[in-house]
Amino acid sequence: MATAVAVLDVKDFKPEVPPDWCPGCGDFGVLNGLFHACAELGRQPHEILVVSGIGCSSNLPGFFRSYGVHSLHGRALPFATGAKLSNHEMTVIVTGGDGDGYGIGLNHFIQAMRRNIDLTYIVMNNEIYGLTTGQVSPTSETGMITKTTPHGNLEGMLNPIALALASGCGYIARGFSGQPKHLQKLYADAVRYPGFALVDVFSPCVTFNKHNTYDWFRKRVYRLEDTAHDSTDFHAAMDRALEWGEKIPIGLFYRNPNPRPTLHTDDPGLQAGVLVRQAAGVGRAERQKLIAEFT
Amino acid sequence: MNEPDVVVGIGGAAGDGVASAGNTLALSVARQGQAVYAYNSYQSVIRGGHSWLRLRISAKKPLNHGDQVDALVALNQDTLDRHLQELVAGGAVLYNSAKLQPAYAAPPGVQLCPLPVPDLTPAYRDLPVMQNTVAVGAVIHLMGLDFKGLESVLESTFAKKPQVVKTNVEAARAGYDYAVAHFTPLAKQLHATSQRWALVTGNELMAMGAAFAGCKFYCAYPMSPATHILEWLTAHAKELGICVRQVEDEISVINMAIGASHMGVRALCATSGGGFALMTEAVGLSGMLETPVVVVNVQRAGPSTGVPTKTEQADLNQAFGASQGDFPRIIMAPLSMPDCFAMPALAFNVADRYQCPVIILSDLLMGEGNETVDPALLDVDFEIDRGELITSPDGRGAAREPYLRYKDTPSGISPRAVPGVPGYLHVAASDEHDEDGVLISDVYTDTVRRKKMADKRSRKMADVLKHLPAPTLVGPADADVTLVGWGSTWGVISEAVERLNREGISANHLQIKFLVPFHVAEITAALSRSRKIIVVENNQSGQFARHLRAETGITAHGHIRKYDGEPFEPKHVVAGAREILERGTAVVEVLSTEPGWQTEHPTGTAGDWTGRAVATAHTSSVAT
Ligand SMILES: Cc1ncc(C[n+]2csc(CCOP(=O)(O)OP(=O)(O)O)c2C)c(N)n1
Ligand code: SF4
Ligand SMILES: [Mg+2]
Repeated sequence: MATAVAVLDVKDFKPEVPPDWCPGCGDFGVLNGLFHACAELGRQPHEILVVSGIGCSSNLPGFFRSYGVHSLHGRALPFATGAKLSNHEMTVIVTGGDGDGYGIGLNHFIQAMRRNIDLTYIVMNNEIYGLTTGQVSPTSETGMITKTTPHGNLEGMLNPIALALASGCGYIARGFSGQPKHLQKLYADAVRYPGFALVDVFSPCVTFNKHNTYDWFRKRVYRLEDTAHDSTDFHAAMDRALEWGEKIPIGLFYRNPNPRPTLHTDDPGLQAGVLVRQAAGVGRAERQKLIAEFT
Repeated sequence: MNEPDVVVGIGGAAGDGVASAGNTLALSVARQGQAVYAYNSYQSVIRGGHSWLRLRISAKKPLNHGDQVDALVALNQDTLDRHLQELVAGGAVLYNSAKLQPAYAAPPGVQLCPLPVPDLTPAYRDLPVMQNTVAVGAVIHLMGLDFKGLESVLESTFAKKPQVVKTNVEAARAGYDYAVAHFTPLAKQLHATSQRWALVTGNELMAMGAAFAGCKFYCAYPMSPATHILEWLTAHAKELGICVRQVEDEISVINMAIGASHMGVRALCATSGGGFALMTEAVGLSGMLETPVVVVNVQRAGPSTGVPTKTEQADLNQAFGASQGDFPRIIMAPLSMPDCFAMPALAFNVADRYQCPVIILSDLLMGEGNETVDPALLDVDFEIDRGELITSPDGRGAAREPYLRYKDTPSGISPRAVPGVPGYLHVAASDEHDEDGVLISDVYTDTVRRKKMADKRSRKMADVLKHLPAPTLVGPADADVTLVGWGSTWGVISEAVERLNREGISANHLQIKFLVPFHVAEITAALSRSRKIIVVENNQSGQFARHLRAETGITAHGHIRKYDGEPFEPKHVVAGAREILERGTAVVEVLSTEPGWQTEHPTGTAGDWTGRAVATAHTSSVAT
């Protein structure tokens, strides 16, 4: 294991390139929380890989100083899964939007939770397709008017928190980009959690979502940490996950008190250690043994 | 050298144990120094249907499964009825006389070999597949081989169950002895040699070849006929330290493989056409990120779900067009099962060196076919060339000096640092990006940088052919006709060309392994003296012939095509070539049929040439 260096500063993670998000975009708060969380975690920038899909939110790796990949729309999780399995010493953080993760990439989201790959998944959930200029998203509220639902969204809302619970995710939290200090804690704990961790973040799109605005969220969100919620209680977490309306919970919904083994700990091919460090190829004796199986 | 070869056909319904009887027979003869080439024409059913396995056996390595039957092992009545008529004089048909009776007279010179199975093995009463063991014992004798090869195979197959070994050896011995006492050996007799053989499928060779070449990550979604690559690697994942995963779909498969490769391991994935269709967006991702990946498409027949258990070479256009935009890619097709073994090493080396996707076009014929290979040829310590890969800081430390992941170099190849190495931080982006990885996709005025980066990537291709051996013309240089094929048809065309020459038609042969990039100069030179060029391919529309024309301007004079799901047999190619030469037909479509027998099953091998000429726009010269 590379040794963690404790004294890191936010500026170690700030690149020269400034974000090109619209002024006021919720994603600034998400990024800011991540700078602080990574400084707190003490992992060097080169020990971190941030993988995203495509969308406004998915541009985040370009604005964060670490190794980064800007992959395909909806495919950040498979990419990151392959990356983590071949170098499980890296801290792998996946970032993206609601369309990216809960729309086109939904299958991978469920499968990644089910297989418990040790990734931290941060979804900038603005309830809209921002980059493509304002179409309906799987998390848009029913009835919401968007460019592609001029008569109101007919479809139901996807509930990522409930879905994550049902899919075996061991760390499930929700934040609000209006509260970056809170986000910092959720992220840092998510990274520390051994297994797949979801942090869904309300991250308002000030340009294309005139419904779910900062004010809309500020009026509704309350912190689970301020209640008697027991985050080790699966059923209590499910009850909170289903709350939506005048009051919407943020914070830690669920943390599995007995985390399942992560994929890389049990994968038979990884028992010799980190894959990238294993010698490539097969030695003579082993080759001959394999060939003999065919004779 | 004129070594005799014997083709044994084993037929039955799914569930009758055709494949395992064939495997036992193949291993037994291999242990007596016989080479084998086997092709199983089966269906995608678990029970019922008709499964027809042909094993061509000879001391001289056969290059295809041949086109006649010398010995028939009929495991059910249907098989006996379908195939009895196909046997050649001097041949024999073996069947359980307690169960089956020939419905019509055998062709002249063909020996009926009824086996009273219940009298030969008491185990048959509880275990009907014992009839297969008896028949295999008998056929071994008819071919002129010794019992000991079979005995040793039964011993190793059931090594953990001594009682099962005993029962099987007794049954096989009874079949062998009964044949000694009651039947005449086949007209063609095999002779044991001391050559050792490994009996392998193309898929197993591809998997093992990839492992030997340093593959460390493999993932797949099950799809015939590629699944056995996943199964072999899964079975050996732990001992070889390879991460092998079955994942949710082929989109995930290729993205995971690229993710793994991005961190610095060699990653492979395999599928068939439908799965490859799902992968195509990410083929371009590999091209854009300049993160290598090797993708195997074990082609099966037809569009859509198609014919899952049948073979074809019809995904060439799909490979050319996989993913939008222009980017470097390399496409290669193994020519034989042994070639499946060597190809991953080459593919990994060029993928690493040129940091691009490499597509290997295998097919069901090779992937699921069985062939004997000299084990010494498999014990290869492949050269591993990782290209310009940076895996350690090399004194650079965690310095903040800029590292340009996509540096615009003269070769177009930019040294690739893998994540985790201090000092080389960068973002790899699927959006168009500058040398430092920063996106320029939305900078609409920046035409210069966009062009620079596209040029940088395409420049890499200029060099690739250096690493890919050019095809060579085999046979007399001034031949009357040149047969051109690509991929798996190598063995069948080789034999057809030999036959044509024997029959007085001077012919030569050019087989293409590398589709992209294409050896334009060498191929043009090789074909420059050809009087007539015939392209042979296992598809309907002549995808390769069009590629040849597009790349070299050479228009073939004639085409032999097959797209009935079955592979070519030498006779199809010989007859097709004759048709083109003698009648001027432009396109000859050949078909495997069972003439004279009413059946929906199109895999028979008997009769005269079973082809037909097709009138097309080019066929104005067809003689009537
Ligand atoms: C395969 C594919 N389909 C569609 C697109 C176009 N596209 C890019 S981003 C996006 C949606 C982005 O929405 P979201 O993930 O919520 O991100 P946001 O911009 O809202 O942050 C779409 C549809 C694409 N890039 N690739
Ligand atoms: S369009 Fe919306 S999501 Fe995109 S940058 Fe602007 S505010 Fe943010
Ligand atoms: Mg969105």
